[in-house]
Amino acid sequence: MDKRKTCNIDPQVNWKNISPGGAITQSGSADLFKTGDWRTMIPVFKEDKCKQCLLCVPVCPDSSIPVVNKKRLDFDYDHCKGCGICAKACPFGAIDFIKDEKQEG
Amino acid sequence: MGIRDRLSGNEAIANAMKQINPDVMPAFPITPSTEIPQYFSQFVANGEVDTEFVTVESEHSAMSASIGSEAAGARTVTATSSAGLALMHEVLYVAASSRLPITLACVNRALTGPININADHGDSMGARDSGWIQIYSENNQEAYDNFIQAFRIGEHPDVQLPVMVCQDGFITSHGVENIELIETEKVKNFVGDYCPENYMLNPNETIAHGPYDSPVYYMEHKRQQLEAMKNAKEVILSIGKEFGEMSGRFYEFFEAYKLEDAEVAVVVLNSTAGTAKDVVDAMREEGKKVGLLKLRVFRPFPGEEIAQALKNVKAVAIMDRHEGFSTIGGPVFSEVRTVLYDLPNPPKAISYVYGLGGRDVRTIHIESIYNELLAIKDGKDQGEAYRYLGVRE
Repeated sequence: MDKRKTCNIDPQVNWKNISPGGAITQSGSADLFKTGDWRTMIPVFKEDKCKQCLLCVPVCPDSSIPVVNKKRLDFDYDHCKGCGICAKACPFGAIDFIKDEKQEG
Repeated sequence: MGIRDRLSGNEAIANAMKQINPDVMPAFPITPSTEIPQYFSQFVANGEVDTEFVTVESEHSAMSASIGSEAAGARTVTATSSAGLALMHEVLYVAASSRLPITLACVNRALTGPININADHGDSMGARDSGWIQIYSENNQEAYDNFIQAFRIGEHPDVQLPVMVCQDGFITSHGVENIELIETEKVKNFVGDYCPENYMLNPNETIAHGPYDSPVYYMEHKRQQLEAMKNAKEVILSIGKEFGEMSGRFYEFFEAYKLEDAEVAVVVLNSTAGTAKDVVDAMREEGKKVGLLKLRVFRPFPGEEIAQALKNVKAVAIMDRHEGFSTIGGPVFSEVRTVLYDLPNPPKAISYVYGLGGRDVRTIHIESIYNELLAIKDGKDQGEAYRYLGVRE
């Protein structure tokens, strides 16, 4: 078995090169699995209202709120499934939760 | 030059397991395969093997534990029958699709109901779409030989599929016959060590088994699994040849018994093939050109080879020890007739459902089939192609 094949998480992969048995021999590979297109609702980050309390970060089930130097950045829309938990957790109204029009198109 | 012994089919399998000394055996007892884990657990208790014997609470657990240990990198065996194989059904597919070459001794027994414990192929025929390689055995010797070859076939890098080695319940599993065992050293050398490329207990590599496969990937995995099953054909032939060079007993997809110049033929698998050979011998003495195709490998199905072997016969009876309720014939019949369709002049094909729930199949029954085929060859109207053998009308 070609080891590279066992790491091939690519929606374009053909049957000859897909990992036998679906086994994955790579760590952190969830990053390669883009779940953003599952979204029907989308959280919108309003930076001006954000106090950087970071309450939203640990409640995100998809680790889709990146934090750099103790400050949260905009959402990782490649992986955010639009569950809306972050918007509920935010005490400052810094996250809108609206219909994801782009996904519907 | 081999070790002469007399063993039942279950003892033969347990002895093969002892010689191979697998890493793990999770098993749950069920008639008529119970003796296999029973004998093997004695070998474990006596220290004759260092296999981890896992006493599980069901066959679903036996197969699940087998999947876990095989994925971990451990060579794993198990045994079951009938309802046990049915209870494994869900996880049989997991083993095959995860490409884990587990080896299972299937002692064929009828499925309930009405409840019955005797020889019938309903159990393994029910698992024919599970992705397992299926090899059938005429007698204890073949059960032993097939079981030893199964590891090499399933574990081959081009295959990586689980293998079930089938034999008829009681008739083979409990019938004691002469057998020639192979010296343990030779068996060990033939089977070799299990060295999977990727395994969970490898400290130098991370691996995840059985992740969710979304529609984007699932179909590619199935197509790839099919390729592994196709690859198994060449591997089965080469291992059968290599086994023959070691033991003197060569194996192919099927045994063509006096088939070369036969005008009519019977296709059958497992123990009834032995009964049919006696009939072929007797009728050949009378100058009747009858032959037998004893199917050994049912998955992958050697379709082209079967068609070639049967292309010159005028009428063929295809026997199923299983009622699939399709109402058009048993599964062996359906598949054999499918491949005959491509022949320029296909033989007349008749389906016989026989021996259900351990009903005796005697030489007179097989002889009646050959006589019917010979009459059809000589112009008798074929009539109903879907028949029951030996049922009280």
